[in-house]
Amino acid sequence: MEINTRWLKTDVLVIGGGTAGTMAGIKAKQANPDGDVLILEKANIRRSGAIAMGMDGVNTAVIPGHSTPEQYVREVTIANDGIVNQKAVLQTGKLGYETIQELESWGVKFQKDEQGDYDLKQVHRVGKYVLPMPEGKDLKPILTRQVKRHKVNVTNRVMATRVIVRDGRAIGAIGFDVRTGDFVVIQAKAVILCTGACGRLGLPASGYLYGTYENPTNAGDGYSMAYHAGAELSNLECYQINPLIKDYNGPACAYVASPFGAHTVNAEGHRFISCDYWSGQMMLEVWKELNSGKGPIQLKMTHLDEDTIAEIESILWANERPSRERFHAGRGENYRTHGIEMNVSEIGLCSGHSASGVWVNEQAETTVPGLYAAGDMASVPHNYMIGAFVYGRLAGENAVTYSRDIEHLQPDPDFLEAEKQRIFAPLTRPNGIPHTQVEYKLRRFVNDYLQPPKVDHKMEIGLNSFVNYQATLEQMGARDPHELMRCMEVHFIRDCAEMAARSSLYRRESRWGLYHYRVDYPEKNDQEWFCHTHLKKDESQTMTLFKRSVEPYIIPVDLNKEIYDVAVR
Amino acid sequence: MALAFQRVDVPVIVDESKCLEKCTACIEVCPLDVLAKNPETGKAYMKYDECWFCLPCEKECPTNAITVQIPFLLR
Repeated sequence: MEINTRWLKTDVLVIGGGTAGTMAGIKAKQANPDGDVLILEKANIRRSGAIAMGMDGVNTAVIPGHSTPEQYVREVTIANDGIVNQKAVLQTGKLGYETIQELESWGVKFQKDEQGDYDLKQVHRVGKYVLPMPEGKDLKPILTRQVKRHKVNVTNRVMATRVIVRDGRAIGAIGFDVRTGDFVVIQAKAVILCTGACGRLGLPASGYLYGTYENPTNAGDGYSMAYHAGAELSNLECYQINPLIKDYNGPACAYVASPFGAHTVNAEGHRFISCDYWSGQMMLEVWKELNSGKGPIQLKMTHLDEDTIAEIESILWANERPSRERFHAGRGENYRTHGIEMNVSEIGLCSGHSASGVWVNEQAETTVPGLYAAGDMASVPHNYMIGAFVYGRLAGENAVTYSRDIEHLQPDPDFLEAEKQRIFAPLTRPNGIPHTQVEYKLRRFVNDYLQPPKVDHKMEIGLNSFVNYQATLEQMGARDPHELMRCMEVHFIRDCAEMAARSSLYRRESRWGLYHYRVDYPEKNDQEWFCHTHLKKDESQTMTLFKRSVEPYIIPVDLNKEIYDVAVR
Repeated sequence: MALAFQRVDVPVIVDESKCLEKCTACIEVCPLDVLAKNPETGKAYMKYDECWFCLPCEKECPTNAITVQIPFLLR
C-alpha cells in the first residue's frame, strides 16, 4: 500500500479548531505576529466542533457590577463538591469579561437590557452568569474570519492521532488526511490540544451512534493523545451526564427558557428540583424522579404567554441545535400545548459541563512540558464556552512564551513508523469488521457496565471487556480514509472507556451526585477522598492511578455549611 | 469474514435540480465529512449515515438544495 507522507513544521501547533482552538491560534499570533501558528483540524474550522451552529448564550460570564470572580469561584467550588483547583477556576472568573469584550469587537452580539447593560440571567444556584446571545449561531464563521485576519495557518481535514514526545517534551504530532489518506507529521515547538469532550463514549438510547449531545467528531481524541503522551488526566470518574430532550439528545433548553419562567417538572407537572443548573446533584434528583413512577420528566412552558413562547422559539430554533424545531414538529409537539419530554443522557467525559479532563494548571499547562490543553477536554470544572476561550487564550500566549527559547527536535523515526503501521492497519483488511459494529458494541458495553448507579462487579466486568477489546480493534477494517478516521476514533473511545472504568473503581466513595454515584460506597468520604483522582501512563505503558491533593483554597468556602442541595421536598 | 450490504435511510436529502455541479459548499462545511459528489452526476449526496443533524450544510447551500431530516431512529 503506497502511503504518501506530508511533513509540516510550525512553532505553535493547535490540534482542534473549535472554540478553544481558534482562540488559541488567534492569541498566539497576537502574542507574536512573526511566529508560525498552525491549527490542525479534523473537519473544517468554519463549522467544526461543539459550536458548529453557535450557542444561544454564554454560561460563565462574570461581568463587573453583576458578580465578582471570587463569587464565581465559590459557586463552582460548591457545585463541584469542593474538588476544584480554585486558581484555575479563578482565571475564567477574571478573564471572561475581556473575552466578551473582544468577541463583541469581532461582531458577536450579547443581549443587552433597556439601559444598554448586559442582560444577565440566573441559572446557577446563587449568581447571575448566563448571558444570552440570541444571534449566536455564526460564532464559528466569526472566529474563522479572525483566524484568517491574524494570519494563523489552517490545515483542515487532517486528524491527529498522537502527540510526539522527545526528551520529555512535546515536539509535534502525527496524523493523517481523512480524504487523501496521506500520513502527516507535524513538527512544532509547542502543542496545544483543543479536541473537545469525549462525546461518543456511552451509546445514546436511540441507538444512533451520532445522535450524541456533543458533536460526535469529539470522540475523546485529545484525552487519548494526552494519555499516550504521558500527561496526567483528572477526575475521569466525574462523568458528564446531561438532562436532554429524549431521543433528540439536545438541550430542551432550561438555561434559555427558565429565565422566562419555564420549569423542569415531573409527569404530574410538579417541580422536583429548585435549580436547573447542570450538576451531578441535580442529575441524581432527575434519576430518582425518573425511577419513582412520577416520570417522565419534562420542560414545561405551557403556562407561559404567547409572546414569551415565540421569543423562546426564535432563540432555540436559530442557535446551537436549530434542528430542534423540526424534531418537535415531526412529533406534533408545540411548547404551547406540550411539555418537552426529557431523559438522562448517555455518559461522556467533559470538563465544560462537568470536571473530567486532562489536568491543566492555571496557565493551561499539562504535566508534559510544551503540551497545553484547553476547552472541554481540559479539566477546569464547569468551564463552558467562556472557559474554553479563556484557556485557549492562556494556552496560546503561554505556548508562544515557552517556544521562544526552544528548538525543534527531530521525531524518532521508529516511533513514526510504528504509528504509521497502527493508523493504516485497517486499510490492509478492507473486509475486516466494520467500524460501525465495533463501535456500537463497545459503546453498548459502556452503557451496560459504567452507566451510573455504578456497581463494582459491573465495572470490573466492563473494565475487563474494554481491555480485551483491544484484540477486537485489530480485526476492524476500513475501505477508505474516511472509514480509517472512524477506526482511529474507536481506538480513542476504547482508551476513554478503560480510563473511565479504572478511575471509577479507584474512587471509593460517592461524589458529584449521579456522576459518580457508586452503590458499593454510597456516601461521600471527605476524610479519605477529598482529592483529585489522577491517571497516567507509567513507564511500563500501563494506566496507573493516584491521588492528587486539592490545592489550598484561595477563596474560603465552608463545604460543611454550603451543601449543594437542589431537591424540592 | 462474511459481509452483507444493506440499505439505510439517511437524514440529508439533496434536490438535484438545484444542486450546482461546480459547488462544494456543503461538502466543505460538514463537521462529520459525510457529504460527497457523485462523480457521474456531479451532484452532492450523503455518503455515510453519520449525521449530527447540525444544519450547516443546509444553511450554507447557496441554492437551498439541501434538506436535513431528523435521523430516522430519533424522529
